[in-house]
Amino acid sequence: MSNSDQAKLDHRPSPDALLAAAEAERRGKLKIFLGAAPGVGKTYEMLEEAAARKREGIDVVIGVVETHGRLETEQLVRGLEAIPRRQIEYRGRILDEMDIDAILARTPRLVLVDELAHTNAPGSRHPKRYLDVEELLAAGIDVYTTLNIQHVESLNDVVAQITRIRVRETVPDGIIDRADEIEVVDLTPADLIQRLNEGKVYVKDQAQRALRHYFSPGNLTALRELALRRTAQRVDAQMLTYMQAHAIAGPWAATDRLLVCVNESPLSAQVVRQGRRIADQLKAKWTALYVETPRHHRLSEVERDRIADTLRLAERLGAEAITIPGNDAAKDSLAYAKANNVTQIILGKSTRSRWFELLHGSVARELMRQAGNIGVQIVASEGEPVPEKTIETRAEGEGFDFLPYLVSTVTVAAALGIAIAIDCFVVLPNISMVFLSAVLFSAIAYGLWPSLYATLLSVLAYNFFFLPPIYTFTIADPANVMALLFFGVVAVLTSNLTARTRSQAMTAQNRAKATAELYAFSRKVAGIGDLDDLLWATCYQIASMLKVRVVVLLPEHERIAVRAGYPPEDELDEADIAAAKWAWDRNRPAGRGADTLPGAKRLFLPMRTERGAIGVLGIDRDRPGPLLTPDERRLLDALSDQAAVAIERIHLAEDIDEARILAATERLRSTLLSSISHDLRTPLASIIGSVTTLRGIAADAPKPAREELMATIQDEAERLNRFVGNLLDITRIESGTLQFHREAVDLREIVETALRRATRILEQHRVQVDLPSDLPMLEADPPLLEQALFNLLDNAGKYAPKGSSIRIAAHREGERVAVAVEDEGEGIPPDQIERIFDKFHRAHAGDSRPAGTGLGLAICRGFVEGMGGRVSAANRGDRSGARFTIELPVAPVAATALETPR
Amino acid sequence: MTKRPRILVVDDEAAIRRFLRTGLGEQGYEVLEAETARAGIESATREKPDLLVLDLGLPDIDGLEVLQQIRRTSLVPVIVLSVRADEKGKVAALDLGADDYVTKPFGMDELVARVRTALRHRLQEQGEAPIFRCGDLAVDLVRRVVTLKGNEVKLSAREYDLLRLLVMHAGKVLTHQFILREVWGPAHTEDVQYLRVYVRTLREKLEEDPTRPRYLLTETGVGYRLKEGD
Repeated sequence: MSNSDQAKLDHRPSPDALLAAAEAERRGKLKIFLGAAPGVGKTYEMLEEAAARKREGIDVVIGVVETHGRLETEQLVRGLEAIPRRQIEYRGRILDEMDIDAILARTPRLVLVDELAHTNAPGSRHPKRYLDVEELLAAGIDVYTTLNIQHVESLNDVVAQITRIRVRETVPDGIIDRADEIEVVDLTPADLIQRLNEGKVYVKDQAQRALRHYFSPGNLTALRELALRRTAQRVDAQMLTYMQAHAIAGPWAATDRLLVCVNESPLSAQVVRQGRRIADQLKAKWTALYVETPRHHRLSEVERDRIADTLRLAERLGAEAITIPGNDAAKDSLAYAKANNVTQIILGKSTRSRWFELLHGSVARELMRQAGNIGVQIVASEGEPVPEKTIETRAEGEGFDFLPYLVSTVTVAAALGIAIAIDCFVVLPNISMVFLSAVLFSAIAYGLWPSLYATLLSVLAYNFFFLPPIYTFTIADPANVMALLFFGVVAVLTSNLTARTRSQAMTAQNRAKATAELYAFSRKVAGIGDLDDLLWATCYQIASMLKVRVVVLLPEHERIAVRAGYPPEDELDEADIAAAKWAWDRNRPAGRGADTLPGAKRLFLPMRTERGAIGVLGIDRDRPGPLLTPDERRLLDALSDQAAVAIERIHLAEDIDEARILAATERLRSTLLSSISHDLRTPLASIIGSVTTLRGIAADAPKPAREELMATIQDEAERLNRFVGNLLDITRIESGTLQFHREAVDLREIVETALRRATRILEQHRVQVDLPSDLPMLEADPPLLEQALFNLLDNAGKYAPKGSSIRIAAHREGERVAVAVEDEGEGIPPDQIERIFDKFHRAHAGDSRPAGTGLGLAICRGFVEGMGGRVSAANRGDRSGARFTIELPVAPVAATALETPR
Repeated sequence: MTKRPRILVVDDEAAIRRFLRTGLGEQGYEVLEAETARAGIESATREKPDLLVLDLGLPDIDGLEVLQQIRRTSLVPVIVLSVRADEKGKVAALDLGADDYVTKPFGMDELVARVRTALRHRLQEQGEAPIFRCGDLAVDLVRRVVTLKGNEVKLSAREYDLLRLLVMHAGKVLTHQFILREVWGPAHTEDVQYLRVYVRTLREKLEEDPTRPRYLLTETGVGYRLKEGD
């Protein structure tokens, strides 16, 4: 590629940028009125602008607007149509919520939705109002909305630090990034405070005191700056998109890549948010990474959940979230960073004790030591994080299991018995070893806590039965106290060690099993070519690995419908169908345990491939509560991904087949067109020509001349009739609607009628019929066999010279009868024998030969094969000419033997 | 001179009606026309034509339905106009009482032959001719003697019954089911194979070249037709 080419390429609009712009065009437009604090007049501003739109003739309605009893605002509201709110009863209270269905049904051009960060009442379609807004936008409705800066997800921590008030209602940054317009409604802090004092700012009573602090000039200034900065950032991004879309070369930031390290700490979420801010400023791609070390399996379920949630938060903030297995968080993070050209690594300041760092090492320190040219940023985090959940997951191992403790007790009792038995016969100085075996057994069999329990029991038993004075818990000899103490320490250490080994072994075993099953599944699905088989295999696999009920839904005629399930008889109720549809339309999870439609019985997850969602997976378990543990969720994702890829592969294969058939149909159509234009026009030309001549010539013209013209008209009209008949026949064959009624047929009758029909065609040939008198009845459909034979005769008449003879002969060959039509023409070119029965194939192309349709032999083959026979072509051995043979089965004899006439 | 026979043509195609009007008029028939099934039924009741030419593919009412309605009140001979590859339709029309059919496209000579046969059979119901002659073939229905070029041909009782049935309807197509019912009885209407075997032997006895018969003709998928007598 030359330099100028390269330059041209660089100046082309980036496809991604264009795609994003195109996507935005179909959606409704979102305008956010952003304020630094409550009371700056966002709602008023929004209403004023809406009124202006209305004056321009735009269809504006109010979805929801809170006037908080302010007069000016109420006046503005009165001028606009408002969609009545929906009343939702919740715990005895009636809550007013925006009626999204009514708005969708009304389909205005523009809808006003106040308070973007609002949390909907339980039982609403979406838990959050911004999700409602997303749906409105997706429906192509423009939305005006209001938002305070403290509700922006990535600024949540910052605002909390500034104001010391944490806002629980947040809006993801994505929705702000995707807004088409942001208007900052700005008011100086002094003016705002004055408004507050005048009582013009609505505040909930209980928050009065807190708000006094909130509205301090310092806070307001900081918030104002935040709002302006966030907007400026967005303007930047917009400019970038514009420049990319229009291929304007600009000073792009060097392609920074950020890596945010995530761990189980509750502060990781803040690190992720900070990472997002840094990535935004650098306009860099960023990745959130979690290294799953062996320590992962010792984490509590809460911690594991938190990791999964943090990764999901990162995803929502625009990061790529990745989990890699490893042994050393620092080393593996670094290896990943180097392999992926990361320029900066971001991690949170450790909140761990010095002791912990001494024991486990400090990831931060390790990273800084080994990072080389990669920058490492340690960010501070403060305050309490906001837990995030997309899908609730279930804790593993719920409930307390008594069995391990019971068995441990029995084991220790057995050890005691053995120890007493041994003690009767031999004097063993360290009889405590017997108890140690019991402790080890418990550790191996049940893990840490049962083994610690066994340790306690052993210590007590050893003391009681063996340390003098026996049968008391007192110990006389100080040396024995020491012995018992060491026994305890050793037992505890061994328990711990063994339990850990056991848990690692179990994890490894589970993982190996899951991996093996995944591998087997991927091999299995790779070999399946049929969609239904594949879906069944998928359902079965998921159901058996996760012990859940499974349904798979695929799009069918613009709708999503159940295609497979395990158990297969499961049916979806209406809530489930709604959730499945939502999951499909939005490509996001919905249903039980998810953000949207949590009332459904099942959880629906979109099955995705690189090219987008291809279906929805619904799962359900009989027990209540969250459906899956995080591990199960990950396994499900892996299975779902594999199935999705396999389904896509089958779809692609079908597409290719379809394209091939389409191409063949297209070819057929064009051949048909050219055939029709030639074969219909030629006889028509002769007919019209002859008729006009007839009308033109004098009435006393010689009779032979008139006779000839009239014969031409008749011949050509009959040819036209045959051609139309052929077209009909080939259509009947191709459409598959042709039915074959097979019955016992006397070949003579068929030959008789076919010859009668061909009388005019074969007028100038000598026809010889050679049928043995003992020829058995054939099994065939009489009219179709007649047509097949007629087509062979027609063909012979066309290609054999006048005056030559055409022979019809038949003979029995075992259980079949062969009927041959032989002519004395030029024969078939050997290279065309194979193709001569193909549609529109003609041995002699061009206009020189008498016009044929190229369909006669194809129809002959179609009919004969449909009747269970065979047709073949060959050149005659005895002389020049072609031989076409139809073979058909002999009819069962039973009927022909009845009542033979004497 | 007797009155000219009147033929009612029921067909929605103006071109077909035009050429039938000319063609049949030329042959000495008076032609009435109807464009729709309704008009046809009405005209058939009011005008009482001597013969009906009925297109099976009418736009308003199915041709078979029209046939049924007409047959409820009238025995007028009906010739239906059918299309190729519709053997079922032909058989159904014949079963419902049509006298014969021609397949579109057809020649005037073919239609005129059918019309003549149909009209003659209607007249002959008053008195049957005792001897049927067609070329070299002669069948004496009174003496039950069949001769070919003057030589008597020996036929079995069934063969004679079959031939007699064909002679009585000479020139007309007879469906397999009709022949089977008349000759073998109502229990045998599905045994087309019987019939094929009998037709074959009959041809061997009567035809010069049984593979290219002159008298006993096959109507593929429908039945048989004996050539009209001289």
